[in-house]
Amino acid sequence: MVDLTIAGPIQGPSRWLTSLARGGPRLWLGGALVSLLFLVALFAPLVAPHDPIEQDLLSAQLPPAWMQGGEATFPLGSDSLGRCVFSRLMFAARTAVAVAMIAASLAALIGIALGLIAGMFGGWIDQGVSRLIDVWMAFPPVLLSIVLAAVIGAGLTSVIAAIVVVDWTRFARVVRAETMVQLQRDYAAAARVLGLSRGQILRLEILPNLVPLIVTLLAVEMGIAILVEVILSFVGISVAGDVATWGGMIVEGRQIVYQSPWIMAFPILSVILAVIGFNLLGDGLRAALDPVQRR
Amino acid sequence: MTAILAVHDLHVAIGRRGAAINVLRGASLEVGAGEVRGLVGESGAGKSMLGRAVLGLLPANAVICGGTIQFEGRDLLAMAEPERRRLLGRRIALIPQDPMTSLNPVRRVGAQIAVMLRHHLALSKRAALERAAELLAEVAIREPRRVLELYPHEISGGMRQRVLIAMAFACDPGLVIADEPTTALDVTVQRQVLQLVERLRQRHGAAILFITHDLGVVAKICRTMTVLHAGRVLEEGETGEVLARPRHPYTRALLAATPRADRPAEALRPVPPALIESLWSEAHRLDRLAVAGPA
Amino acid sequence: MTDILLRTSRLSFAYPRRSSSLFRRPALREVVKRVDLSVPRGSVLGLVGESGSGKTTLGRLLVRLLRPTSGGIQFDGVEIGNLSEAELRPLRARIQMIFQDPQSSLNPRLRLGVTLTRPLQIHGRLKRRQDQRERAAALLDLVGLPTGLIDRYPHELSGGQRQRAGIARALALQPDFIVADEIVSGLDVSTQAHILLLLRELRTRLGLTMVFISHDLSVVRVLCDDVAILQHGEVVEYGPVARIFNSPQHPYTRQLLSAIPLPDVEPGWLDDSSPFFSTHQQGSAA
Repeated sequence: MVDLTIAGPIQGPSRWLTSLARGGPRLWLGGALVSLLFLVALFAPLVAPHDPIEQDLLSAQLPPAWMQGGEATFPLGSDSLGRCVFSRLMFAARTAVAVAMIAASLAALIGIALGLIAGMFGGWIDQGVSRLIDVWMAFPPVLLSIVLAAVIGAGLTSVIAAIVVVDWTRFARVVRAETMVQLQRDYAAAARVLGLSRGQILRLEILPNLVPLIVTLLAVEMGIAILVEVILSFVGISVAGDVATWGGMIVEGRQIVYQSPWIMAFPILSVILAVIGFNLLGDGLRAALDPVQRR
Repeated sequence: MTAILAVHDLHVAIGRRGAAINVLRGASLEVGAGEVRGLVGESGAGKSMLGRAVLGLLPANAVICGGTIQFEGRDLLAMAEPERRRLLGRRIALIPQDPMTSLNPVRRVGAQIAVMLRHHLALSKRAALERAAELLAEVAIREPRRVLELYPHEISGGMRQRVLIAMAFACDPGLVIADEPTTALDVTVQRQVLQLVERLRQRHGAAILFITHDLGVVAKICRTMTVLHAGRVLEEGETGEVLARPRHPYTRALLAATPRADRPAEALRPVPPALIESLWSEAHRLDRLAVAGPA
Repeated sequence: MTDILLRTSRLSFAYPRRSSSLFRRPALREVVKRVDLSVPRGSVLGLVGESGSGKTTLGRLLVRLLRPTSGGIQFDGVEIGNLSEAELRPLRARIQMIFQDPQSSLNPRLRLGVTLTRPLQIHGRLKRRQDQRERAAALLDLVGLPTGLIDRYPHELSGGQRQRAGIARALALQPDFIVADEIVSGLDVSTQAHILLLLRELRTRLGLTMVFISHDLSVVRVLCDDVAILQHGEVVEYGPVARIFNSPQHPYTRQLLSAIPLPDVEPGWLDDSSPFFSTHQQGSAA
């Protein structure tokens, strides 16, 4: 055979590396930030200097350790109830990660399922799902969340529910569009000629091609989830009281922002870094996974 | 007759992933004034690259490592960029392969032709549109004024190709480079387009470098032909001579591998892999020699 | 028992033209019009037409990717035109298709070995995991590809190799009947010749019956026993290859044949009086 083969690595690991290399600096930076987030969330109980809900009214509103008046035991200072900002920040990371993962996964599940069905079957089913999405997206999200909270009660469950209820449409639309594109491709037709049932085509031929897209969306959705928690904290829907969340810390810190700006600044910084991290990761993953054929 | 285009010993390499791939290895050809020369080769032979090198449209990662390109006696490669661009725009034109992607989809056909005419011939807007209508009539488009107002997607593929041909000849170029203009066309449409090109050539007195992989097309429209493989010129001469009495084994093999409507099935013989291999090893041997330098 | 493996009777296909009105029933656009074909077992029928002739649609009808609007398709004596997907399933193994663009007809995310053996898995013909690699290797060998390509992805192959892989996949279920849709268009002359000769060899070796769709009459001559010429969805001429090429009856056939540029140069060819350049001022027919 004289056909020239475009040389490429055969083994699994080197192929992975090439793919990852395609992701570029975004993938690495995003991956680093997200990994840091997950590590902090995982090891918070071991690393945090204080119990996040332990109050010490004598050490209230201490500035960060490097500023005048700060103490080493409170590295990032303390809030109005004497709770360690650093510790709360870390425990809030746990909440953030939990909310992000659960909410993003559930939204993805519902959205992907509906998107696949709409894309696959077309016709009335597609019309129905599309109209549902259109109407759904017309509702103001915050309003929807407030209604939910009124029914479920304020707290993290409410936050997660709000995210899922609003953002499943994001997944559904994209998956529906991509499914329809895939079905036009000849390999979907080839699968039919080979005798695969519709379900088999969906599962075996189309889903593998949707994976890069879904992974990217998931990463982005997690960033959105964190932001939503912050927003809902302002509306009083997120959990109040002792449980540490970044949104909660920002809301509390806002009241004494002139006296102790760091109480608000650090959670804001954390949110920014987390969201940037997820977005970069999503972008990098898209670049790394998607252009299988593009060179 | 002096040659309007003289390419001499052209070496072009492309940089990909840190390695340099030679795409033209000392290719030389000449096109006389008013002559139609066919540039024949299979995919990857470098024929498009040669055309692009003359037009100054090489990709960003391509490097001209040696040789000269002379147009109307002037060295194109030694010219300053603005001067070269001026020369290229007016005196050398291109008929590209894919009419769909060569026309701006969001501008009307008339506007696109007029813009070009005004730029090169300094016509007023109205004069340019008049001339555009004349050009369309020249390429046998019915109702040229109506077509001027249409968008590219509103006319057929054959008509789009005619528009591009009209644009190519509009400024009376000395040389037209046709890059596989009929490859994507039906055989009946191809015939009309070839007739058109020949008619316009006679009327405007232009020379044509006709790039194609189809030996039948070369036989129909090119007085002389050059056979390219792996960036090297293997054979050239008068079309009738080369096709009737090919000297190089590759040319002979190509002819034997071309299915013919007028010959029985058994006559088809594939190109022997050994021949291709030997051609490639010869090409790589020359590469090594070039790197090592002259003895 | 039929000697004719595939027969179509007044096969037609139309789809609704997009209509701007909500209330009027959309006009139907006929793409295939009352086509009658009969393909004897073991023979190759060439389906020739230009763009818009309906040949691709006809090809898809023959493998039942589309359902005919009217008319019938009999495969080995069995009417398949109106069967449901479930009823078609057992027959699918016997009717296969090779697609034009192997870039899009091979799933880019699946390795070649998986693509080739999936049909076997689906139809329950693979006993053990081990078998998978063996069968994939055998298929690759059948089409002249090195067995090392089992673990490759489609984008790592050249165009000719991809096309061969497409052929291998179509052969996996050992079909009786194959529709090849423009499988050598866009290939180099040398690659094209290899593929055509491969098909010829496979056809004899495996006793295949084929419908070969192409816009290129020269290619059809190499491979086909009979030819059907399609224009605007209708068969305008139909007969054995030798007759069609030597004495074409229909004006469109003659037009197609005369338009093919042969790699020959006749004396005096560049005179303006040359028949190729006798310009009919037809205007913008294209």
